Amino acid sequence: MAEKKCCCCELNSEKLKRLDQIIEEHKTMEGALIPVLHEAQELFGYLPEQVQQKIATGLGCSLAEVFGVATFYSRFTLEPKGKYNIQVCLGTACYVKGADKVLEKLEQLLGIKAGQTTEDGKFSIQDTRCVGACGLAPVMVINDEVYGKMTPDMVEGILAKYN
Amino acid sequence: MKTIKELDEIRKSVYEKVKTRVGVESKTEKKSILVCGGTGCTSSKSPKIVEELEKGIRERHLEDKAEVIKTGCFGLCAKGPIMIIYPRETFYTMVKPEDVEEILTEDIEKGNVVERLLAKDIETETLAHTLHELGFYKKQHRLALRNCGRINPENIDEYLAFDGYKALEKVLLEMTPSEVIDTVLKSGIRGRGGAGFPTGRKWAFAANVEADQKYVCCNADEGDPGAFMDRSVLEGDPHSVLEAMAIAGYAIGSNQGYIYVRAEYPIAVNRLKIAIAQAKEYGVLGSNIFGTDFEFNIDIRLGAGAFVCGEETALMTSIEGKRGEPRTRPPFPAVKGLFGKPTILNNVETLANIPEIILKGAEWFSSIGTEKSTGTKVFAVGGKINNTGLVEVPMGITLREIVYDIGGGIPNGKAFKAAQTGGPSGGCIPASHLDTPIDYDSLMQIGSMMGSGGLIVMDEDNCMVDIAKFFLEFTISESCGKCPPCRIGTKKMYDILDRITKGLGEEGDIEKLEELAQNIKKSALCGLGQTAPNPVLSTIKYFREEYEAHIKEKRCPAGACKNLVQYKINEEKCKGCSMCARNCPVSAISGEVKSPFKIDPQKCIKCGLCMQKCPFKAIEKK
Repeated sequence: MAEKKCCCCELNSEKLKRLDQIIEEHKTMEGALIPVLHEAQELFGYLPEQVQQKIATGLGCSLAEVFGVATFYSRFTLEPKGKYNIQVCLGTACYVKGADKVLEKLEQLLGIKAGQTTEDGKFSIQDTRCVGACGLAPVMVINDEVYGKMTPDMVEGILAKYN
Repeated sequence: MKTIKELDEIRKSVYEKVKTRVGVESKTEKKSILVCGGTGCTSSKSPKIVEELEKGIRERHLEDKAEVIKTGCFGLCAKGPIMIIYPRETFYTMVKPEDVEEILTEDIEKGNVVERLLAKDIETETLAHTLHELGFYKKQHRLALRNCGRINPENIDEYLAFDGYKALEKVLLEMTPSEVIDTVLKSGIRGRGGAGFPTGRKWAFAANVEADQKYVCCNADEGDPGAFMDRSVLEGDPHSVLEAMAIAGYAIGSNQGYIYVRAEYPIAVNRLKIAIAQAKEYGVLGSNIFGTDFEFNIDIRLGAGAFVCGEETALMTSIEGKRGEPRTRPPFPAVKGLFGKPTILNNVETLANIPEIILKGAEWFSSIGTEKSTGTKVFAVGGKINNTGLVEVPMGITLREIVYDIGGGIPNGKAFKAAQTGGPSGGCIPASHLDTPIDYDSLMQIGSMMGSGGLIVMDEDNCMVDIAKFFLEFTISESCGKCPPCRIGTKKMYDILDRITKGLGEEGDIEKLEELAQNIKKSALCGLGQTAPNPVLSTIKYFREEYEAHIKEKRCPAGACKNLVQYKINEEKCKGCSMCARNCPVSAISGEVKSPFKIDPQKCIKCGLCMQKCPFKAIEKK
C-alpha cells in the first residue's frame, strides 16, 4: 500500500466502536466482507488502512484480501472525498448528448481532474457510469442533488451555489 | 402470517379501491393521484410534489376526495415528473411543485382538467388527456412492467389486489416442481439479461442435480450504461421478483435466494427491503408458505460498482465476498455455483414475467412475440430521441416502430444515424436495418445483440469511431484483468482507435482492429471480454467509410473528433461584432470591428466557445 500519513489520530473512537459492532453483527454471515466494507465506508466516508486492518482482524482474513476487494470495486475509495462530491454521468445516453464537455468544463473551472479533490477539500469530481436518469441526460449529481439536461454553460452557475 | 382466506379478503377489499386504475368502473368518487417515484422523476423533484399534495389535501380537508400514491415508473421519463389522476386517467406531465395548488383547486375540487399540464402528441400535435392517446404508449404491451405506475410498490396489499402471490399459491398447492419447469419451458421465455438462454432449461438443469443445498439468485447488477429496465421493475414492482424467486426455489428445490443489486440504486434497494419485510410478515416468504412445508427466504447483497459482476460466475464470487472475477465453465453454476452449490441466476425482467406465465399459461405467453423470441422486451430508450424513457414492446416489432412511432423520432430535425443495443457487448444498427424485427436471433444476425435492453439512438453529429472508442474505454476500465486477451487486447484496440480519432491513423489500422477483435472474441475467458470487440466490429461493418475518412483524409465527417475539426468563420455571415474574439480563451481570433474576423488555426484549441457565442451562426465546424 502506498505510504500515507497516519490516519489513526483522525478517526474518532466512537466511529471505531461502531465499526466493531458492525463486524460483530456480520461475523457469522457467509460472504460478509463486502457488506462490512459498504457499512464501514458509509461510516467513515472512505476506507483508510486502519479500518481495513480492523476489518481483516475482525473477520479473520488477511489485510491483502481486504485491500484486494476494496480496490477491485469502484464504489470503495481509499481516499477521502471532498465535501461536495460531483459525479458526472458518462453513461452512453449522457455521452452521446455531450457529457464529456460538461466534465471538461468542470475540470477546467475547479482545476482538478476526475478522480481528484480540490486542495481545500471542498470539491471532488468523479466520472461515473450511468446513474439511471437517462431521460434527463446529460446528468450531473452533487452529493444527492441531481442536475439534468446539463450544458457546459450551466456548470459555473451551479458551482456558485456551493461556494 | 396470513391464511389463504385472509389474503383473498385483502385482495377483494383492496381491489375495490384500486380497480379504477385498470379501467374498471368503480362506485367510489375518491380520486387517486398517482405520482411517479422512479429515479428519473425523483431526480426532477417528484417527492416534493407528493409532499405538497399531501399537505394541500390535509389543509383543504380533502381526505375523502383524494389520496396520493407514489408509484414506480410510467415510462415517459422525458416528460417527467408524471402524474395520473384516476378515475378520469388524466395524464399530467412535467409537473412542478408549484403546480400542486392549481391541480388541487381545478382538478380535485372543481373537476376541471388543467390543460397546460397535458402532453402534446409529437405526431398529431393534439393534447392527450390520457396516456392511451399518446403515440408513445400505443404500440406498447406492458407485461413485465404491468404493475409499474399502477400500484404503490411499498404496499403489499396493492400487489395482492392484482393477483399478487396467486401464482406462488398455485404452484405450491396445485403443481409439482416438474410441472412448473414444464410450463416455463413451454412458454419459450428466454433470459432477458442479454444472452437469451431459455429460462426453463436453466431451471431444469439445476432441478436435476442432487444436492443438500441449492440457491436462486437474481441478477439486478444492471451495469450497461444507458440501461435502467431492471431498476424500474424493482422500484415499481418488487414483489413480482420476490414471488418469481420463490416459484423458482420450489421448482429447483431451493430454500434460499439472493438478490444481487447495484448499490447505485438506493430507491430500488430500499423498496426491496420493504417488500421482503412485508412478504415475511404475510407469510408468503419464510417457512411453511401457504401451509405447505415449503420454505423460502431472500437476502439482498449490494454490488459495489464492477460491471464484470453482471457475468454469472463473477456475480456469485462477489456474493461470496471476494473480488468479482469470473471463472471458467464448466462446471456450470447449475452444477456448482454459489458457495459451490447448484445455483440458478435469472435476470430481474425475466423473473417479473414468471408469475404471469404461471397464472395465464404458457400458450398465452408464447402467443405474444415471435416463434423463437416469445413475450415482450423492455427497452430503456435514450440518446438523440424525443421520447426518452422506458418502453415495453412485443418481440418482433421493428426498430423503426420503436424509434419513430414510440420514440417520436429524432429531435432538432436531425437524421437518424444508428441505434446502439446491447451496451458494451452489442453493436450499432444503421438506418439501412431500421426494419429489422427486434428479436434475439435477428439482432445477432446483423452483428448486434438484444442485450439487457439499453437502446441508445445517435444522430448525424455522433462519430461512430468515437462511439466505438467510448465503449472500449468502458471495457478497459471494467475488465477484471484476469485473462490477457481482455486485459491487454482491448487496450491495444483502444490505442489504435485513439490514434485514429486524433488524426494519427495509418493504412492497415482497420485490418489490425479486425484481427485483434477476432482473437479476443475467441480467447477471452468470459462474456465481457468475448463481446468487448462487438461495438468496434459493428461500426467497421456499417460505417467503414467513416473510419477511412479519419485515417486517409484526417477528417471526422460528424465533426465530433476534436483534433480533426477546424473552426472557420463564414465571412458572408460574420458581422464583425467581436463577440467571438472577446470570448476566445486563447486569443486565437482577431479582426477589426464591423469587418469579418479570422481564427488562427495554430492557436485555436478547438473548445468551440466561439461557435456557441456567435449571435449570427457565422462560425462553422469542418
